Amino acid sequence: MLHPMAKARTAAEGTVPPPRAPASEPPAALTVADDPVIALRGAAVRVAGRALWSGVDLCIGAGEFVAVLGPNGVGKSTMIKVLLGMLPAADGEVRVLGARPGQANHRIGYLPQRRSFDPSMRIRGVDVVRLGLDGDRWGIPLWPFGARRRAARRRIEEVIELVGASTYAYRPIGTCSGGEQQRLLIAQALVRRPELLLLDEPLDSLDLPNQSAVTALISRICHQENVAVVMVAHDVNPILHHLDRVLYLAEGGAASGTPEEVITSPTLTRLYGTPVEVLRTSAGRLAVIGQPEAPALHTDRHADRHAVGPAAGGDHAAG
Amino acid sequence: MLLAETAAGPAWSWNLITDVQEMWSFPFMVNAFRAGTIVAVVSAAMGYFVVLRRQTFAAHTLSTVAFPGAAGAVLLGISAVYGYFTVCVAAAVVIAAVGWRGGGGGADEAALTGTVQAFLPACGFLFIALYKGLLGGPQSLLFGTFLGITTSQVTVLLGVGAAVLAALALIGRPLLFASVDPQVAAGRGVPVRALSVTFLVLLGAATAEASQITGTLLVFALMVIPAATAQTTTGRPGTGLALAVFLALAATWLGLTTAYYWPYPLGFFVTSYAFAGYLLVRSGRTLHTWLSRTRAPLLYKEATA
Repeated sequence: MLHPMAKARTAAEGTVPPPRAPASEPPAALTVADDPVIALRGAAVRVAGRALWSGVDLCIGAGEFVAVLGPNGVGKSTMIKVLLGMLPAADGEVRVLGARPGQANHRIGYLPQRRSFDPSMRIRGVDVVRLGLDGDRWGIPLWPFGARRRAARRRIEEVIELVGASTYAYRPIGTCSGGEQQRLLIAQALVRRPELLLLDEPLDSLDLPNQSAVTALISRICHQENVAVVMVAHDVNPILHHLDRVLYLAEGGAASGTPEEVITSPTLTRLYGTPVEVLRTSAGRLAVIGQPEAPALHTDRHADRHAVGPAAGGDHAAG
Repeated sequence: MLLAETAAGPAWSWNLITDVQEMWSFPFMVNAFRAGTIVAVVSAAMGYFVVLRRQTFAAHTLSTVAFPGAAGAVLLGISAVYGYFTVCVAAAVVIAAVGWRGGGGGADEAALTGTVQAFLPACGFLFIALYKGLLGGPQSLLFGTFLGITTSQVTVLLGVGAAVLAALALIGRPLLFASVDPQVAAGRGVPVRALSVTFLVLLGAATAEASQITGTLLVFALMVIPAATAQTTTGRPGTGLALAVFLALAATWLGLTTAYYWPYPLGFFVTSYAFAGYLLVRSGRTLHTWLSRTRAPLLYKEATA
């Protein structure tokens, strides 16, 4: 596969981008202050001739925490791929950081789905973070004492401190636990001071305490460092009270807005085209009852669960 | 002195300087050391990435096709050196092409490679039988020899080795990124696919080099063992790479010296030294984890007491 973002590696020349203060912003980025980080208008996508979703409108500003929700196979990860320019939008308009998708990837931190390093991976966490900073540069740095190298080292220490990984960053990453690896990978995604973080199910395969700790970390980064975050999630509950906005994909359509607007019985009933009820527990957790399965993908496997609804299964949006 | 005369060969005198001086008074030994040094450095550096990328199967395939390549070249009356390089690089391109079509590391690829791995050495065996010349059987091609390395052969090794190392230095960092974390590397615009193909071609050249010293069957002695030892020891990429090169050099030099004084095959000595180093590091590591596991509760008890 040819990655269109290969074209957009202008930032590869420098090592550490300066801290983002309004004054130090390059002239090219001097657009209106509240220019959206992501703007989708009537966006649609097709995979292998099948329309996954269409008519998606979304506008995400700087420092907003947005979740992409929906049942399995609805095209949540595909949304991330579209935003990265790895997959073209079939219809509508998609703008990422004021450019076409793939043109501004050096300003995006990306965390793909379900990555883990097995114990035989004998490379330190700090080296994995460092690859996020300068791993795409050609040649081998031979002189390790320059000012640029010092700045790079400082930035790596800083970002490892930020995610709270200082105690295990110098161990081989394969020997770290899933939560520790996820924090190091978030540090890797953050090391270049991106303006946008795209996270594909970062809480997957983490236990509950780690889920809430990693969520709190992402939320803190999002609001403190003013980084817009788009997170694909299959369960909204661990992230619910951190979210500014959700994009709910289902049945080829989409609804976006604040969680209170979108995850409601009327909105989801309209989206699914079938009666759906959203229940709220006393602790504020949400359960979506009666939503049908994702089209085509799992119909035979989960046929018996249709009558009960997905509340019994854990793998559903807001489940 | 008496021992030396009865053994009818060079004797080890424990005076290192005179020993080395005596050994290097023979041009063939000087060439063997030169060639061994070049091959050790190139193999270990490539090997570091082979182990990191878990491409030992691909490396093994390349080394098995090296044998029919060399045998075929000899049969055609060309120097075996060119046979090694042509066939190894061609095989690397084929593996890369098959991997491309199969979407990278599919079961298809493994079955196909296994099939070819059986057929090509058989062809090599036939070529040797047809040749009936000075080769005296497949042994030196399979298990390596240090006798009769010519100066022009050393020049070829040096040229190819320098080119491989230069290319590796150029692509080293993105290659490390693509090996450790291909998805994010692709997201950052690293040409993961092109790097994988380039790496295989470089691996073909490096395998062809190593085959000429350790023989096609013992290529891993210099390619995988030092790198695996280094990666067991350290998680730092730079240190690991340097350590792998150092270990490969040590195994080669010790092996060559031993083979000069002892009338047994070079391949065995080089492999044994490399393997001994691996065993040492592995057991040291096991001991370390065992100690830290048994000591941790003790410390904890002391702390709470």
